[in-house]
Amino acid sequence: MFAFCADPSTLPQWQWFACYLTTPTHFAFYRSFLMVMLLLAITAPIALGMGLLGALAVRARFLPLSLLGKGYVNVVRGVPDIVFFMFVPIALGQGIEWVMHHIQCPDWDQPIRQGSDFIVCREAKVPGVNAPAWVRDIYAFSMAVVAFALVFGAFAANTLHGAMQAVPRAQVETAEAYGMTRAQAFRRVIMPQMWVYALPGLSNIWQILIKATPLLFLLGLQDAVYWARELGGQKTSLYTYPHPDWRVWYFLVLLCFYLFLTWASERGFARLNARLSHGQATAAGEKLRKAAA
Amino acid sequence: MRTCTESFEGYILRALGRDWGERLLPRGLDITFCDQIFLVASGLMWNVYFAALAIFFGFFLAVAVAVAKFSDRALLRIPASAFVFAFRGSPLFIQFFFFYSAFVLLPRAGIDIPLGFTTITVQTSALTTAQLGGLIVLILNTTAYSAELFYGALRTIPKGDLEAADAYGMTGLTKFRRVVFPSMLRLAWPSYTNEAIFLTHSTTLVFLSAFPARQQAGEAFYYARYFVDQTFNPFVAYPLVAGYFILLTLAIIGVFGIANRYLNRHLPRERRARIRFRPQYLR
Repeated sequence: MFAFCADPSTLPQWQWFACYLTTPTHFAFYRSFLMVMLLLAITAPIALGMGLLGALAVRARFLPLSLLGKGYVNVVRGVPDIVFFMFVPIALGQGIEWVMHHIQCPDWDQPIRQGSDFIVCREAKVPGVNAPAWVRDIYAFSMAVVAFALVFGAFAANTLHGAMQAVPRAQVETAEAYGMTRAQAFRRVIMPQMWVYALPGLSNIWQILIKATPLLFLLGLQDAVYWARELGGQKTSLYTYPHPDWRVWYFLVLLCFYLFLTWASERGFARLNARLSHGQATAAGEKLRKAAA
Repeated sequence: MRTCTESFEGYILRALGRDWGERLLPRGLDITFCDQIFLVASGLMWNVYFAALAIFFGFFLAVAVAVAKFSDRALLRIPASAFVFAFRGSPLFIQFFFFYSAFVLLPRAGIDIPLGFTTITVQTSALTTAQLGGLIVLILNTTAYSAELFYGALRTIPKGDLEAADAYGMTGLTKFRRVVFPSMLRLAWPSYTNEAIFLTHSTTLVFLSAFPARQQAGEAFYYARYFVDQTFNPFVAYPLVAGYFILLTLAIIGVFGIANRYLNRHLPRERRARIRFRPQYLR
């Protein structure tokens, strides 16, 4: 990075650190923080969408659909989320390969599951046998996104369902009195108002989602935890930058990063809550009205 | 192939270590369905151990931290708030890594603390085991979350209750013990049940992160993961561990429901808040 970094062993303290913290592996470490942000940015809207679908399913009048929604929400709730994070990527990966196998190689006569092996024909491999590394990375990453969306979709479904119930009943009755159908009343009355009731719950879920992102490490992705372990471990004098066991400092950096992330989003949600409370029939909305008058 | 009885005898206590049953875990093609049922079940003892002890110690610490955070004295309030902020704002997974790498740095021989007349040696090697070090992290974590719940409950105790206590001339510890504490518990109990469930689920992270599973003695999810690695079939072990955890969750709801009934025993039956399987995701 810097011109003076040619021989780090002779450098004074601050220059040594300047060189050490700008090695290519450290840039990979910094980039992994961006990956956390990216995961959050992609997962949150998908999970919210899943949550909306789940909440609608729970509300549905069609019994099997309603049971499906309730089953989804309660099973995800009763099981540690880590089980889903580990289960979904591998199960989904095998499922995709199984389907591909039946499409691509219909005349394959051997069983797919042989003992502890899962064998599909060469054409059915996803990602392909010759796929470059970045395709594999993106594939693994999107599997993680699916797993996260599934778990947090169930959490969001529960909150959104509660929020739909919380919209004052009189308002829905007024909509009915105007001759709106159930769907119209939902679109015009419940949907615009439910967010203010859902927001405290959604902000909690967002915080849980932030705190679940380090679990990416378990899926084999090179995320911040991976690099903190790699870089922080003891380096002997064989390395260019020898140092003792510094993992505790690297994890301290990670802790601070997450503290900042949760602190910042808490403030963001407080602002959003104030904005959404405008003109709502809640205590906070009433307070805003009186302050303005 | 082992029979189911042999699997039961070999693995039901295996989570205690290699002296309690088969020395080696089943491998590859040798794995039977019964092996998976009993080995994963034997791992559950550690989930229960971590959850029960963390909830027990965490409860008392949380009450203390909540009262400190609610206090008017800055000397108590600020450290308590900082503690709650630090442990609620960061992921438990990273906390495990952080504390493990900190515990590893402690001298192996123990730390000598001179007390003038004598010197006590604090054993530090046990801190790098999951059974103690991991438990400490879990206790600190659940203390922070529960303290926030209790703090929220302290703020919402009805004013009339406190005024009634004042009118009876109660002060200090008597007022706390007879009025503040029971009201706080009653208000916080549904959310606290939720916290207990979340904590129990978090015990699956202990062996996944930094803390090593010595002699392959781990908790339920550790074994489930081991089986999936061995058989490359996620459709048996993971649903199995999920089923066990649903049972554990229902057991927690049952136990906390009994406590809830006891806390609300003076209220008319309709006004008692029931604990439902509809938690607020407060973590």
